[in-house]
Amino acid sequence: MDPTELSRRYGGKLLLRQEILIDDPLFETLLNAKYFAPCSAIRSKWPFHQCQRCGNQKKSLFGRLPCHHCGELHIYCRKCIEMGRVVENSPLYEWTGPEHMWPCHQNPCTWTGELTHAQQQAADRIVSAIVNRERELLTWAVCGAGKTEMLFPGIAKALELGQRVCIATPRADVVRELQPRLNKAFSGIYIQGLFSGSLEKDGTAQLIITTTHQLFRFKRAFDVMIIDEVDAFPYTSDASLPFAATRAKKEGGTTLYLTATPRRDQQLQMTRKKLPHVFVSKRFHGYPLPVPIFDMCYALKKNLQKSVPPNAFFKWFTSREHQNRQLLVFVPTIKLAESIAQKLSAELPDYKVMAVHASDDEREERVQQFRGKQFHILVTTTILERGVTFPSVDVAILDAGHTIFDEAALVQIAGRAGRSPDDPTGEVVFFHDGRTEAMVKAVKAIKKMNKRGGFH
Amino acid sequence: MNCLWCDAAMIPELSWKTVYWLSEPKNLCPSCREQLTIIQGRRCNKCSRLSDDEFCSDCRWWKLHALQEDPLICNHSVFAYNERMQDMISKWKYRGDYCLGKAFARDYYNAFNHNLSFMASGTIAVPIPLSKERMAERGFNQAKMLADFLPLKSEEKLTRTHHEKQSKKTRRERVTSSNPFHVTAAINAPVLLVDDIYTTGTTLRHAAYVLKKHGCPAVYALTLIRG
Repeated sequence: MDPTELSRRYGGKLLLRQEILIDDPLFETLLNAKYFAPCSAIRSKWPFHQCQRCGNQKKSLFGRLPCHHCGELHIYCRKCIEMGRVVENSPLYEWTGPEHMWPCHQNPCTWTGELTHAQQQAADRIVSAIVNRERELLTWAVCGAGKTEMLFPGIAKALELGQRVCIATPRADVVRELQPRLNKAFSGIYIQGLFSGSLEKDGTAQLIITTTHQLFRFKRAFDVMIIDEVDAFPYTSDASLPFAATRAKKEGGTTLYLTATPRRDQQLQMTRKKLPHVFVSKRFHGYPLPVPIFDMCYALKKNLQKSVPPNAFFKWFTSREHQNRQLLVFVPTIKLAESIAQKLSAELPDYKVMAVHASDDEREERVQQFRGKQFHILVTTTILERGVTFPSVDVAILDAGHTIFDEAALVQIAGRAGRSPDDPTGEVVFFHDGRTEAMVKAVKAIKKMNKRGGFH
Repeated sequence: MNCLWCDAAMIPELSWKTVYWLSEPKNLCPSCREQLTIIQGRRCNKCSRLSDDEFCSDCRWWKLHALQEDPLICNHSVFAYNERMQDMISKWKYRGDYCLGKAFARDYYNAFNHNLSFMASGTIAVPIPLSKERMAERGFNQAKMLADFLPLKSEEKLTRTHHEKQSKKTRRERVTSSNPFHVTAAINAPVLLVDDIYTTGTTLRHAAYVLKKHGCPAVYALTLIRG
């Protein structure tokens, strides 16, 4: 096989033997020619092991498998087993041949829209970070600031310089939404979207959009690594994802973080000037973020046990300012989403109600239908808290005091409202039975961001 | 101890009972355990499918139309095949998560003790083998693992020639497929065949047929799942 083709296909990858589609004799010669290098799959340092693909170190997520050649027990990683089993005695292979020269594109960006002043400032900062090969930069932009558009000049610059770019996000939904937008914005560039159900899996494009899990197969691959929603679950709670993201970046590459709600440690780093950042305080349409209203319901727990929305909810629902706006209802659990949706469609026969949650097979279609205004009320869990845009909605949270709604989640959920320039406002109501610290902090954070954006 | 499926930490309950008698080691957390359904109630005496009659309609049909005597005396299955089971099996068998099989050890062992303990003491457990190619691919035989859970001597008396996966075939293809099994040594003790899934019963009957031909007096089967 042609070496440039090989380097395009396998450069920057870390793969199991069965993932490398080369027959044994050729692979042997490539190994001898040092085009591929084996590296140990599981590193052991008593008493710990670490899977070299996913970074897993948890003892309960390692298993022992009797080898059918030698009869001994070999350790394997149970965490990333869905991507093929990593066993101690069979190495992972890394491409060590000549590096692939990615083409330099002239004016790759075909996007014709215009950035607002605030967006442009952030975009310029991103471009300079890429050109100067800065180590990292965090872009803190409020919900609905138009983060994706701010990236376009940076991505265009990187492609002009012949760099390889990766946009990683914690959720497959976001990959699905982002890919068509980027395809439009960079119409001459081949873009791959990788997630666990995607059609293309080989990850051989210059510009890749991926879920953070799919980064497990990359090593020293990208010059520019863009991590969307750094604060989102599971990126923050699962140590293997930052592990994979750091490994997938080339030495001297740039990591760009994007978030609307930086976590405490990132905020601390920023105030200590350890983490360079750029702040975008205004939504792209120039209106402030809607500030949530608290609504106390004394019998909330009792109501929800019977899967009935509280009375206050119906009272608010009928007295909304804009009755024709669609409504997003967030609930803490999947079970509740289904039962509340049923109850609502029984109580409000004039409106069509649907539920969407993580274990729903038709979740894409439902979200599409809701966007197309085919039904009026969508009951959902935190899966729709970020990364999705509905033009004109009001937002309600039932049981906003639940532990699943932390500060970041509440800010993100509130940010679903008023995202369209045609309808830049929206009502956000937290129904609760006792305000929590997260709720108070979320409102404080929103007000602060509005203040920084010049609204009083 | 962590749950083998969801990896949630499990805290063993402490009571006077567990102080005096050690509690049964658990490999699955209660909520994952709940997702699996053990087959209970009246079932077909032949194939273990839920049925109000002594034999289910399939088995009666086979009895009327079969060309030869059924080599398999009966099959007993432990679990019903539901979505969670499907996920667990695919992770265990196809992804190759060896340890996950241990989640079934207790129930498999109990099913043997409650339902098949009448078998003679010299009974041998024979796991349904994998072909050499499949074995190289997976690295372990899930049926062998199940056989090791039983209080019987387990011997790998069968070999198998390589075919397409059973699970990729239609019912008709499976029922009419040729026999892939060979016996490595003659057997004169009763045999308990061990496999993970009973779907049409063709695999087990093929294995039972060659065993009987080589002198085995009686063949039973204990399968983990009734598909």
